[in-house]
Amino acid sequence: MTPILELSGVGFDYPGVPVIDGLDLAVAAGELVVCVGPSGCGKSTLLALLGGHLAPTRGTIARRGQSRTIYQDGGLFPWLTVRENIARGLPRGTARAEADRKVADWLAITRLAEFAAAYPHQLSGGMRQRVELARALAAETDILLCDEPFSALDYQARARMRRELVATLADRPRTVVFVTHDIEEAVQLGDRVVVLGERPTRVQRILPLAMPRPRSPAAPGVPEAEQAILEEVGLP
Amino acid sequence: MAISRTPWVDNRRSGRASAPPRGASGVVFRQPSRAELCGSRATERRPWLRFALPLLIGLAVLAAWWSACAAGAFPAGTVPAPGEVAVAFVQELGSGRLVVHAVASLYRVAWGFVGAVLAAVPLGLVIGRSAMTRAALLPWINFFRSLSPIAWVPFAIVWFGLGDPPAIFIIFLATFFQIVLATAAAAAAVPRVYDRVALDLELTAREVLFQITFPAILPQLVTALRVAIGVAWMVVVAAEMIARESGLGYLILDARSGLRMDLVVVAMITIGAIGIGLDVLFARLARLDRVRWGFER
Repeated sequence: MTPILELSGVGFDYPGVPVIDGLDLAVAAGELVVCVGPSGCGKSTLLALLGGHLAPTRGTIARRGQSRTIYQDGGLFPWLTVRENIARGLPRGTARAEADRKVADWLAITRLAEFAAAYPHQLSGGMRQRVELARALAAETDILLCDEPFSALDYQARARMRRELVATLADRPRTVVFVTHDIEEAVQLGDRVVVLGERPTRVQRILPLAMPRPRSPAAPGVPEAEQAILEEVGLP
Repeated sequence: MAISRTPWVDNRRSGRASAPPRGASGVVFRQPSRAELCGSRATERRPWLRFALPLLIGLAVLAAWWSACAAGAFPAGTVPAPGEVAVAFVQELGSGRLVVHAVASLYRVAWGFVGAVLAAVPLGLVIGRSAMTRAALLPWINFFRSLSPIAWVPFAIVWFGLGDPPAIFIIFLATFFQIVLATAAAAAAVPRVYDRVALDLELTAREVLFQITFPAILPQLVTALRVAIGVAWMVVVAAEMIARESGLGYLILDARSGLRMDLVVVAMITIGAIGIGLDVLFARLARLDRVRWGFER
């Protein structure tokens, strides 16, 4: 099957600073790929390349579908209410009645109906990320890119959001590329975990994970996978 | 996720007991007051102080002024007594002259200020969003900003003659460069993440400007406009002293020529009161939903 995302020999330089070099990766439709790597290795740059926000300096990127990105924090428009933010994410030309229905659906799915008229600054960090998720998924694009979306949340909120993401995607499958520095998160979410090396980054190892989700920290295979990644990043 | 919207504080620390609910652990809680949530500010606890305190200061100044005049502390004709000012105020208000002068000044401020906003905001947006335009224009904006608007008075008279246009022109200049700079600074500071979201949403450059950049800078813009309207009001008085035959600035100049210091004070009080009114009006803009978010984060 043709991959929905395909990177061949991709490199990207900021002036005088090579960030990514010779990166090859193929992502199949419906797959949830998690990229882990050390801070500053170029994970967010990789996501910006996948989203078409940056153009590669070298190599080619084939993206066979539309994408939406969820950011760590601050991706919502603070001057719009929750309802307006979700509506803003809908594709251009969506009819009013259709838009109202979709927004109502996503408010219900993300359990934000009560806060539809609230502004982002009036919500907790976890609720804001649920709005981001709703805005991105309501667009019904083929690809969802997640740039450390839960890293600003506390431990419990992060664990809850992972479960919610898995449950939401189970009902509405998308191709997801999820970037994180949290190895526990990577193992709990990914169909495959891509370990990225130091800058200029390239794929160091790809670890396929076949355990059923949701995965608890003690579920069979989870600690072993975490250990394998830790060894890969030099922290055995 | 069940989010409690009611914060509670441990009652044991404050030592108060006002019909509190009891938690499962037996610890007594009570709901904090608005004043405590706002940092226990005295004016939050007693809102009437916000009116009473300035009034008290005003009455104290009035009493000092009246006493000094009654004691003959000032040479004759230099400082009018409060009673003389009150009589002049009633006369000017009754004759309608004060209202005519105030309306004339407000008219010029309105045209000069609105013109400056309409020209400065789009230019500021472009300068803020384009590094090239910023490099080309910012030094010149700063050059003209540092020129006092009063320095333009000779040109204003030569170019526009007498009447409203020179005063409007001076007000325009006094506010235009300020608003350009404030808009440009705000537009340059709009988080880059919005640009990436805009790319995902496939917005056109025009849509980015009006649907993202402009709403994103609105809180800072409203603050800049509040400062600018104050400057405009200050400048109109100066401009009218030189280039006009009506307005509150002209009233001051005319009263001084006639040695009517009571009228000078009447004009000064009117200018100050209208200044407060304009400030309150612009401060209210900050309460609009599309603006308030910028002050509450």
